[in-house]
Amino acid sequence: MALTAKEVARLGELARIRLTDSELEQLAPQLDVILTAVARVSEVAATDVPPTSHAMALINVFREDVVQPSLTPEAVLAGAPSVGDGRFRVPRILGEEA
Amino acid sequence: MSDLLRTDAAELSGLLAEKQLSARELTQASLEQIERVDSAVKAFLHVDAARALASAEAIDARRMAGEELGPLAGIPLAMKDIFTMTGAPTTCGSRILEGWVPPYNSTITDKVLAAGIVVLGKTNMDEFAMGSSTENSGYFTTHNPWDLDRIPGGSGGGSAAALAAFEAPLALGTDTGGSIRQPAAVTATVGVKPTYGATSRYGVVAMASSLDTPGPCARTVLDAALLHQVIAGWDPRDSTSINAAVPDVVAAAKHAEVKGLKIAVVRELGGDGYAPGVLQRFNEALAVLAELGAEITEVSCPNFDYALSAYYLIMPSEVSSNLARFDAMRYGLRVGDDGVNSVEDVMNLTRGAGFGAEVKRRIIIGTYALSSGYYDAYYGSAQKVRTLITQDFDAAFASADVLVSPTTPTTAFKIGERVDDPLAMYKADLCTIPSNLAGNCAISVPVGLSPDDGLPVGFQIMAPAMADDRLYRVGAALEQALTDRWGGRLLDQLVASPAGAYLNGGAR
Repeated sequence: MALTAKEVARLGELARIRLTDSELEQLAPQLDVILTAVARVSEVAATDVPPTSHAMALINVFREDVVQPSLTPEAVLAGAPSVGDGRFRVPRILGEEA
Repeated sequence: MSDLLRTDAAELSGLLAEKQLSARELTQASLEQIERVDSAVKAFLHVDAARALASAEAIDARRMAGEELGPLAGIPLAMKDIFTMTGAPTTCGSRILEGWVPPYNSTITDKVLAAGIVVLGKTNMDEFAMGSSTENSGYFTTHNPWDLDRIPGGSGGGSAAALAAFEAPLALGTDTGGSIRQPAAVTATVGVKPTYGATSRYGVVAMASSLDTPGPCARTVLDAALLHQVIAGWDPRDSTSINAAVPDVVAAAKHAEVKGLKIAVVRELGGDGYAPGVLQRFNEALAVLAELGAEITEVSCPNFDYALSAYYLIMPSEVSSNLARFDAMRYGLRVGDDGVNSVEDVMNLTRGAGFGAEVKRRIIIGTYALSSGYYDAYYGSAQKVRTLITQDFDAAFASADVLVSPTTPTTAFKIGERVDDPLAMYKADLCTIPSNLAGNCAISVPVGLSPDDGLPVGFQIMAPAMADDRLYRVGAALEQALTDRWGGRLLDQLVASPAGAYLNGGAR
């Protein structure tokens, strides 16, 4: 499968992680070794085996639809990197051309 | 070192109830031990002495006023830095959460505080619980109290080391692939991964939600049971929490009887790749159980050979999704917000700077495993293996009450030895992962020092889901027989040895 540094950089961008060149050089061969090792799962994963996403089968757990106490806006904003007018302040979300 | 520090929580509980000891005195002793040894062991990321003493004094005042308190009221505890607790930072071992003070308590934090347990501070861990050595902590590496050049296990190495260094009699951990049991094994302490869903995940920073299981850590099986009783139970705020009665684990630990019990050795969890000294102590422990009247058999779980591979697809896939919440917008680190960079640039820069190498590795593996074109071959196949492993467990438990294996294939390795070889590091969880994938419960108890290197060996006992009491019954029986044989606990041998002189304030 041999992942290239370029492909790892692309995965990094998909995962929203900016990787340095030296990280890419280190990661590409490591990921290759790990992915080759874990690919063994396909040896036993026959088509008639149902998948398990969760060990304990539970379905749709609901609670009564009543108002419950929640955190105050001050408490929620207290850990934010930037706050303005009682809201989270974020960097621009639109591109230059917008 | 004060004798109090070597006393079990169960015995301390009696002394406190009879007012022969105050919670303040006990907490002070723990804080002094932290002062004495933590510069060498480095178990704690954060200690709040003033808060601990104030809560101890509050417990003493309530007791003096005649209030009926729970069995662990006034007993100090070391909390893994993955549980949110107001008024103290929760970092999860990551720089991306450096200095973050959560606005709410985890359900388990609430239960611990309501039980009157005194929280000393937050313990070190691999970043976001990803690792087997604490070397992936964004802050520093914790050292194994048995040999300071070796790893204390991970991810909960801080909690295990705090117990083994007598800094606290109780600790909390979380176990996603072995993060409670493997550190317990390499430090000669006790660690329990309860049944998945038996302990609430609410307010526990998520790694892999279908696997994460909070649990108790202690120096004895009974102490672990006492803490288990406090933290377990249904929580409406965790949608995967099991709405059923908690088995009486304390009674089981006191019962400690294995006569007539069917104990099966898992054939696949042994042999090549296992240290001879680990296998020797494991087999000796089996002989002890046989002498106590247990029926020992062997069972094959052929799909366990694929557990590690399935785990390293399922876990990273869930990690890549869960850790998307660290987006630099609502809490935690933000890098590159210069008025020019877009929100995407800021996310990319922040996560590039704030996450360590292992976290990045796992997020990227997960992103790859879930990407279209690879999903069926990787994630889809891993989910099928999860079914096969559960079927192996079901078949094995049809003919045995509990299954056993070594907890981890080797004793504590040297700090630095596996950092450049992720696959070698992952193998530390070879025996613990199957129970995470199937959701059943398991415990690690110490069974001696390896003749290879004089370091602790752990013995794993696995029981079916919701049969957590069996772990305590078998674990306590084994512990009692071995302690009688040794003439004391393994950790007492550490204190008496030259390697453990520093624990008493002696030179290192």
